Amino acid sequence: MSFWTRHQIFEKNSIILIVGILLVIAIGGLVEITPLFYLKSTIEKVDGVRPYTPLELAGRNVYVREGCYLCHSQMVRPLRDEVERYGHFSLAAESMYDHPFQWGSKRTGPDLARVGAKYSDDWHVTHLTNPRAIVPQSVMPGYPFLSQTEVDPDTIADHMRTLKAVGTPYTDDQIANAGADMKAQADPDNSGGDAFNKRYAKAVVRNFDGKAGTPTEMDALVAYLQMLGTLVDFKIYNEKANLR
Amino acid sequence: MSQPSISKSMTIGESGLAVVFAVTAFLCVIASAKALDAPFAFHAALSAAASLAAVFVIVNRYLDRPATLPPAEINGRPNYNMGPIKFTAFMAMFWGIAGFLVGLIIASQLAWPALNFDLPWTSFGRLRPLHTSAVIFAFGGNVLIGTSFYVVQKSCRARLAGDLAPWFVVVGYNFFILIAGTGYLLGVTQSKEYAEPEWYADLWLTIVWVAYLLVFLATVIKRKEPHIFVANWFYLAFIVTIAVLHLGNNPALPVSVFGSKSYVAWGGIQDAMFQWWYGHNAVGFFLTAGFLAIMYYFIPKRAERPIYSYRLSIIHFWALIFLYIWAGPHHLHYTALPDWTQTLGMTFSIMLWMPSWGGMINGLMTLSGAWDKLRTDPVLRMLVVSVAFYGMSTFEGPMMSIKVVNSLSHYTDWTIGHVHSGALGWVGFVSFGALYCLVPWAWNRKGLYSLKLVNWHFWVATLGIVLYISAMWVSGILQGLMWRAYTSLGFLEYSFIETVEAMHPFYIIRAAGGGLFLIGSLIMAYNLWMTVRVGEAEVQMPVALQPAE
Repeated sequence: MSFWTRHQIFEKNSIILIVGILLVIAIGGLVEITPLFYLKSTIEKVDGVRPYTPLELAGRNVYVREGCYLCHSQMVRPLRDEVERYGHFSLAAESMYDHPFQWGSKRTGPDLARVGAKYSDDWHVTHLTNPRAIVPQSVMPGYPFLSQTEVDPDTIADHMRTLKAVGTPYTDDQIANAGADMKAQADPDNSGGDAFNKRYAKAVVRNFDGKAGTPTEMDALVAYLQMLGTLVDFKIYNEKANLR
Repeated sequence: MSQPSISKSMTIGESGLAVVFAVTAFLCVIASAKALDAPFAFHAALSAAASLAAVFVIVNRYLDRPATLPPAEINGRPNYNMGPIKFTAFMAMFWGIAGFLVGLIIASQLAWPALNFDLPWTSFGRLRPLHTSAVIFAFGGNVLIGTSFYVVQKSCRARLAGDLAPWFVVVGYNFFILIAGTGYLLGVTQSKEYAEPEWYADLWLTIVWVAYLLVFLATVIKRKEPHIFVANWFYLAFIVTIAVLHLGNNPALPVSVFGSKSYVAWGGIQDAMFQWWYGHNAVGFFLTAGFLAIMYYFIPKRAERPIYSYRLSIIHFWALIFLYIWAGPHHLHYTALPDWTQTLGMTFSIMLWMPSWGGMINGLMTLSGAWDKLRTDPVLRMLVVSVAFYGMSTFEGPMMSIKVVNSLSHYTDWTIGHVHSGALGWVGFVSFGALYCLVPWAWNRKGLYSLKLVNWHFWVATLGIVLYISAMWVSGILQGLMWRAYTSLGFLEYSFIETVEAMHPFYIIRAAGGGLFLIGSLIMAYNLWMTVRVGEAEVQMPVALQPAE
């Protein structure tokens, strides 16, 4: 019986055809995806990488909501020009707490993986409100409405609880104080600053948008941008430890 | 006078669906009242209204219909069900124009950023997913569902399975589009490209998609032909694989069942791999396998020639679906993804060139002996040119998946150009060609209102595509080269913003190309509308019944 005759079993039986399709399409995905949950290089823990603070998390949610990832990547490739333009190439560990990941696929604007601490808060606030006030040739949309919307300190704990359920190691202490921590990070005069810093090592406490009162979405987004790529100290990072 | 009465009662499907929708309406009202955020409240209210409308329509349809359901056959010939197909044809045209228009708007925003208007719901970041979803899932999806329901009936010589089920699929799918699209404008997105809809829209799509599979499969099982026709293999692979991809990429935990926000189960690198396993195979199975099914039915039918090689189509089918799944990592070259995964993705992407061109040859060579029809039939010309564009993009894709090429092309407009030569040239043209065939067939018309207008559509749209993709090739390669340019002293030559500025003229040319493509689709909509409105009916009366002169 020739191959062509044998093939008729698929042509004459829809269920066998479906089983055949499922088997054939399963192989590639299983081979490529499954090891990523076990390989040392893809699950390494790097010193300094921590989950987002409540304010940064709220900022990240604004970043996601406004579709920033459509024009800005967060993935510095190990190519000479990129390392010189943006900084050390991105590590897998640096996005391990991103649900979902924000590596992006297009650079209509520059990569943001290491944008943290490169510009002042003031620069970011002015730039986000009206990009062309600072960079005349920019094609970025303006986001003046972020300054007019407050973030909600009451519900952020629910977000952290959800993230914990999908694997982010938030402590009970961090979740219980989420609302207070959110306010504390955007207000240097707040008495909760020390407790906040104990819960989130090296997180920056500043009045990001320069305005008093409950933190706004502008505070949150700038807090998020200012921490991007700053967690790992590459002076002490040993890149031979987990050769990929 | 008593009539012989057949007692009329609701089918299990009718009563069951009516009850389910009534309960859904009730639950949605509660969800709307308890909603934590405004978009969720809006979507819940919309769902409640839609569920109530569904109950009304189901009951009203029952009251209006005769006691027995339409027969599967009349005088030994299958009684084909064209209603849901007509609906998808209409929706495809509607969403197509909407999607092309939003595309033109966002293309213009990149040339003239003032068009973002500094408002949340008009900014590029929210409109871009609206564009991609409207053209891929709304336009493309309706074309795929509509043509698959047509092809499966004709090639199996059986009436579409189910009475309400096909309607549930087509209306339910379009309701999913409505929820997804309005969600993007309101900022509801999980930020996974081409899988942006949030958890509740994903759940609804899962239900609709399972119903789609069941309707399609049940029709195949009822077939009067011993063999399952080639096009149906491709449709089946498309339906089954999209279900697998959708479930694999989207498992998410909502923050609250009364809120729109959720967090996806995967994180970081694993999520990246899941996403592009999904993303590339949305291309492979939604935009390729599904539309190849259209190629395998509509080109032979329109050219009135058999498929060039049956054996080639067997090889084409299995090789294509096996190889495609591996290609995802080429979206992640030089990232933190391990090198072996990247290389594997590249290798399979290059191998994919072969089945892709095998399929192209099978489609083009079907014209053997009928090439002269390209001169006289602009619809066939559109279908054939779509296959030529398919061949071009499936050469360009493997080339761009080579790591060194990708190091230049990735993150630039070259990718956008590549996508659009496939999307406008292949998916767009094959869909237009299929709709130009399908509308007269489904509405029982002798032919199209005007072949001349099809010709205009063809040339205007082709010119638009050429402008679009050549502008993107130039801007993409230019930007890629500028990013890596060094001065003689070893410094980076250009700041990032200088490379943005250099894109400006090409963004204007691109928008012009998109505008022409949109004009073409408006010509098409008018032509199809007139075909339905004033086209001559195909049905010929028996001679004896014609009035005497």
